[in-house]
Amino acid sequence: MKRHLVSTADLARDDALLILDTAEELAQLSGRAVKKLPTLRGRTVVNLFFEDSTRTKTSFEVAEKRLSADVINFSAKGSSVSKGESLKDTALTLQAMGADAVVIRHHASGAPARLAQSEWLHGSVINAGDGTHEHPTQALLDAFTMRRHLNPGPGRDLAGRRVTIVGDVLHSRVARSNVHLLTTLGAEVTFVAPPTLLPIGIENWPCQVSYDLDAVLPKTDALMMLRVQRERMNAAFFPTEREYSRRYGMDGIRMAQLPEHAIVMHPGPMVRGMEITAEVADSPRCTVVEQVANGVSIRMAVLYLLLGGATLADSPRTDSSETAQ
Amino acid sequence: MTTDGTTAPRPPHQVLDATDIARVVTRIAHEIVERAKGAEDVVLLGIHTRGVHLARRLHARLTQITGRDIPLGTLDITMYRDDLRLKPARALEHTEIPASGIDGKLVVLVDDVLFSGRTIRAALDALSDIGRPRAVQLAVLVDRGHRELPIRADYVGKNLPTSLREAVQVQLADSDGRDAVLVGDRDYTARSTQALAASPHLPE
Amino acid sequence: MTSYLIRNAQILGGAPKDIHIADGVVREIGEGLTVEADVDIDAHGLIALPGLVDLHTHLREPGREDAETVLTGTQAAAKGGYTAVHAMANTFPVADTAGVVEQVWRLGQESGYCDVQPVGAVTVGLEGKKLAELGAMHDSAAGVRVFSDDGKCVDDAVIMRRALEYVKAFDGVVAQHAQEPRLTEGAQMNEGQVSGELGLGGWPAVAEESIIARDVLLAAHVGSRLHVCHVSTAGSVEIIRWAKAKGWNVTAEVTPHHLLLTDELVRSYDPVYKVNPPLRTAADVEALRAALADGTIDAVATDHAPHPAEDKDCEWAVAAMGMVGLETALSVVQQTMVDTGLLNWEAVADRMSYRPARIGRLTGQGRPISVGEPANLVLFDPAYRGAVDPESFATRSRNTPYRGLDLPGRVHATFLRGRATVLAGELADRDGLA
Ligand SMILES: [Zn+2]
Ligand SMILES: [Zn+2]
Repeated sequence: MKRHLVSTADLARDDALLILDTAEELAQLSGRAVKKLPTLRGRTVVNLFFEDSTRTKTSFEVAEKRLSADVINFSAKGSSVSKGESLKDTALTLQAMGADAVVIRHHASGAPARLAQSEWLHGSVINAGDGTHEHPTQALLDAFTMRRHLNPGPGRDLAGRRVTIVGDVLHSRVARSNVHLLTTLGAEVTFVAPPTLLPIGIENWPCQVSYDLDAVLPKTDALMMLRVQRERMNAAFFPTEREYSRRYGMDGIRMAQLPEHAIVMHPGPMVRGMEITAEVADSPRCTVVEQVANGVSIRMAVLYLLLGGATLADSPRTDSSETAQ
Repeated sequence: MTTDGTTAPRPPHQVLDATDIARVVTRIAHEIVERAKGAEDVVLLGIHTRGVHLARRLHARLTQITGRDIPLGTLDITMYRDDLRLKPARALEHTEIPASGIDGKLVVLVDDVLFSGRTIRAALDALSDIGRPRAVQLAVLVDRGHRELPIRADYVGKNLPTSLREAVQVQLADSDGRDAVLVGDRDYTARSTQALAASPHLPE
Repeated sequence: MTSYLIRNAQILGGAPKDIHIADGVVREIGEGLTVEADVDIDAHGLIALPGLVDLHTHLREPGREDAETVLTGTQAAAKGGYTAVHAMANTFPVADTAGVVEQVWRLGQESGYCDVQPVGAVTVGLEGKKLAELGAMHDSAAGVRVFSDDGKCVDDAVIMRRALEYVKAFDGVVAQHAQEPRLTEGAQMNEGQVSGELGLGGWPAVAEESIIARDVLLAAHVGSRLHVCHVSTAGSVEIIRWAKAKGWNVTAEVTPHHLLLTDELVRSYDPVYKVNPPLRTAADVEALRAALADGTIDAVATDHAPHPAEDKDCEWAVAAMGMVGLETALSVVQQTMVDTGLLNWEAVADRMSYRPARIGRLTGQGRPISVGEPANLVLFDPAYRGAVDPESFATRSRNTPYRGLDLPGRVHATFLRGRATVLAGELADRDGLA
């Protein structure tokens, strides 16, 4: 594995399976009386959030604390940090604090990549969602959830499983991270969206594209509904909320077209009534709550694998000499 | 990096063969029954990787001897190691605690080689996060000395005095295709699992 | 005034000749000249080109002297082989009055390294609403003939039409920064495969092409001159080619970076590659080179856009757009056009000196190297190979996309009306120029 997790495109199949298998082991922890491991004792992890996200932040925080890391929450939203230079200043500050890892959520695509490539910071960079680019840990927890339902067992991948992702692909970092990871794991990905919400050049992505949800549903093992922001309507991406729901929303009737074993996923937060009805959201095949629990296991696995081991040779951290025999 | 450069590294020589190992496992099983008064509340926990295989064999012998199914589990101590920062992160093995749990039980930890004691320290820490046993005992196939912590084994297959530049290699049919215990120069057996254990500041 | 005898220079790449410069003009050209001169220059292996003329330079003064001043910008120009630059109007305050253009013009005169021809804004404050006093700017000491809201597009069709018509009175030209604003809201890079993958707001080629298409039709309708700034797409080239075939009075420029770099570089998220118009695809680069070669595109213009480090040392979305280019332009042109066989040095002189001077209606610039002409020329060593070192730049800013890249050629000397602004690669002392 690389030292950073910025994009799922950087994960080879073995890396991805190692994360999933590790998360599977760590998931056992939630059933124990003592849910804590001493693994990252003395390590400092900073949650650097330039954008509100209680869910992702809480999930990371729980994962970090279960591994006994020292957690610093650095909320950078709204303040002077909206101007660019301060990403650098903030990074320099965190470096001075001795951050071993920085979990970063940023509204600008590429901000984590900038941090990872810069000389500003020596710790590991974990992308917790950047602009409309990627959200790797979300994709990992999605794949984890799919594997549990569709091909459970350590070392197993998602070969031949058909995953349908519906909604605002254009603005979705979840979709981008998922298409790389799921393809790496052997799944067949189909995007379903109005043409306005698909990026230019998608014909070269490793996926199928359809504008017809009903045609795809019977050939789906896992259905992932993406959030659609109502504001997109004002930018003429689609005419009305009602029309969107009718063509691309998930309701009970559509759910019945899915194969028996298929699951319905959502990265949250859901816009009920828009992309998903309550009937679907609350149905037993909807994995939203499970995804949240899996998120903690996945983030623990990522933190452990990036931080638990030795500092890699390319890192300028001072203790790297200890690894020399 | 041999300390005396006069002799070339020796090839490993066998100190226990398959028959020896089988006999040792049987003996330890009897000792456990004897000392644990019929092994009423014993839980066997094998430490990954070869401790798990040994625990499975011990379990089979104990079942034969007592006629009961002694609870058997596995323990991965990776997350409790004190040398995590010295090696790349490794994949986790499966920890399987028997359904009856370990609270109030006599837990017998099983491992292949006892060396610095750090693995056992980590295993004890892991156990305390899982539950509260009545007592914890340790069974090992080989005790090669050089302890760095106040830890001793309750059941020892063979005491094997070694030098620090030697490596002890335990082979078990389940993972290595045959049963044997070998001792050789560390440099000769470089990259073998137990070769890592020859470094005094690393646990076995 | 110092006189120079340049020995064995290859004028426009031709056979070696000696050039005698005195009193600001080319005195004599020939083989084995025996004339006495104050300074002898061995120009063996060097190409002599007419002093380069840039149609598109951001000198930042007044207002952003932290990025560039007229002095540092003209020094950079001289080091790049330029003897005249057009200073874009998007300064603070905007060059939309006679007062501001005269100030810039005067600063250029004082610098002495390179002629500075101010460009006037088309509309007040570059806001696209109300025509600036174009006539007053023309009538000022600065004698403005090129008008541009560069940085912004004159997107209102009526304003554009009026501007095109109005400047006819004094042989002016409107230089359009073609960018349809609605299609480029939130745009961060070329819209295509890479933008989709990177999740960066797309800047479609059509946003440029639709404006160019409209403007050539408007120019034809009112019979005016139109100049298209920094053409960046294959589609734009097609439209301009079509307009020229119709005989319409349309000229166009391309930047060095659009001749070399593609949007694949954006994958690094390094804002040094963030520029307006954005880096496009390899197919666009190829079309631009072909268009420059066949003359569809008239000129290479640098769009030299200096920015202080902090405006680039940040995340992509908030980074400033633009690259410095004066000191690397000729090298990039050698690499992309000469070494590829698309242009010879004669044509380079045409695209980087004669034609830009003609579009800007400059007198005394963009003239051939011949006896009696003003001695504006550059000696260029095409055999040199070396990595670009921004720390050696004269510009105040370091935002070059070529850092560490091996580029061919370097400027050995630049002469502005007989004075060496650059000699042996080094800037001349300012005192000697005034
Ligand atoms: Zn422009
Ligand atoms: Zn410009």
